[in-house]
Amino acid sequence: MKIFQQSFKFLAIVSVLFFSTASFANSSSEGEGQISTKKEVEDYILHHIQDSHDFSLFSYTNEAGERKHVGFPLPVILWTSNGLTTFMSSEFHHNDDGHVIVEKNGLKFAKIHSKIYELDAAASQVSFDEDHHATNAHKVLDFSITKSVVGVLLIGLLMIFWFSGLARQYKNKQIPTGFGRVLEPLVIYVRDEIARPNIGDKHYRKFTGYLLTVFFFIWILNLLGLTPFGFNVTGQLAVTACLAIFTLVIYTASGNKDYWMHMLWMPDAPWWIRPVLAIIELAGAFIIKPFSLLVRLFANISAGHIVVMSLIAIMFTLKDSLGVAGATGLSFVLSFFITLIEVLVAFLQAYIFTMLSALFIGMAVAEHDHDHAHDEHGHEVPDAEDVRGDFI
Amino acid sequence: MDKLLNDFSPGLFVVQTILLLLLIFIMVKFAWKPILNSLNEREEGIQGALDAAESAKREMENLQADNQKLLQEARLEREAMLKEAREMKAQMITDAETQAQAQANKMIEQAQLAIDNEKKTAMAELKNQVANLSVEIAEKVVRQELSNKDKQLELVESMLNETKLN
Repeated sequence: MKIFQQSFKFLAIVSVLFFSTASFANSSSEGEGQISTKKEVEDYILHHIQDSHDFSLFSYTNEAGERKHVGFPLPVILWTSNGLTTFMSSEFHHNDDGHVIVEKNGLKFAKIHSKIYELDAAASQVSFDEDHHATNAHKVLDFSITKSVVGVLLIGLLMIFWFSGLARQYKNKQIPTGFGRVLEPLVIYVRDEIARPNIGDKHYRKFTGYLLTVFFFIWILNLLGLTPFGFNVTGQLAVTACLAIFTLVIYTASGNKDYWMHMLWMPDAPWWIRPVLAIIELAGAFIIKPFSLLVRLFANISAGHIVVMSLIAIMFTLKDSLGVAGATGLSFVLSFFITLIEVLVAFLQAYIFTMLSALFIGMAVAEHDHDHAHDEHGHEVPDAEDVRGDFI
Repeated sequence: MDKLLNDFSPGLFVVQTILLLLLIFIMVKFAWKPILNSLNEREEGIQGALDAAESAKREMENLQADNQKLLQEARLEREAMLKEAREMKAQMITDAETQAQAQANKMIEQAQLAIDNEKKTAMAELKNQVANLSVEIAEKVVRQELSNKDKQLELVESMLNETKLN
């Protein structure tokens, strides 16, 4: 009965989240009275996809015709030609096209399309060429606590809070209660369905910590991207690249002799084909594998955000042909269902990333070909490497 | 591609790397290790309990089989005992019968012997008596001879005849 009540509560929370996502997003977009043309919608979506230096929930125009932004500024931390420079992002006054110049540390800064530029010493204003590239300013190394960093910190703390809580529960009881009961099967799922079958019983334990961290990190951040707060952390190339490079480093560092042997000097192949194979294998290990990881996650999540926002934008772009009610209704229904699919995609992408990471690690640590274990009848006992072929 | 590269923020990459590294270390130390250890422990515990239950069940089955065997044995023993008793009864009856027969035969024999003895004694006594009688008769005859010789002879004759007939 208690479980039933809890699951009901959980369901209620989830459905409330769904509805609030769609409705909040709609109302916030409706508040943007100024966005109505297709070009503006496109710009708005592309702006959202990018990281931002302040945490804005929504903005509106008050009766005096003034633009008001609701949210809070975040610290900007720059490594400039004069060393470390910090200030709050509110100093840009939400300007994003380089017209507001901030003077700090004897340098001038401008924000153009979510990127912070350092102006050349002589310049007092940013000048653009015809492709809208700044001609008298250059990008600086930007370690700011951006919205994505806030998301990462938030999810990191949340994960530490949840899972160390779960870990603490085991000290007193065998079976966790409350939210731990939801988390435990997920942990077991990652261990038994992702780590163990792909890496093999012998080595999986060492890598399960990384896989679990990455799985929950990506999944929760994906889900966070579906909330009205407008996070797009797993849609940032830098974030997915970082994750992919972690996997690359792990499977490169833990590769055994067999792994390198098969990569650099393939046994059982004619000698003249071995260098060719080595090039292909090296490219596969160091370029194709990490790129498949980073691009898949980035593209899926970005595409999801673009689709949801485009569907929300239907209420402006089709307002003329369908009427206000028709366009809003259509937008609401479509974005609601796409959001449902996005919830699935959020899990799927976390699963695929973790699964492929486990697969790549498994390939690096598998012991194969030359000293297969034999059972008493002299048949080869299939190891992780052989069985894996059934899943791909 | 140009746009993608423009979107890539090296700063965010560095920050994310540091944060992810930190997160992995903290999670492994404070969450995954204890969780996975506890899960393993629990699974081993469950496996152990299952194994114990299985062995207990098998033991129970063995015990039951033993009981069945004991019961069977007891039943067989009882039957054997009953059979033995029945045989013993029959034996005893036959024994008693033969013994009684022998006793009776012996008694009959003894009686026969006693009768024979008695008969012999009686015969001997009879003979004595006859002898005595003969002597007495002879005495009387002798006396009568003195009075009537003929009569005495006749008497002796008749008496002898009588005894002969006997």
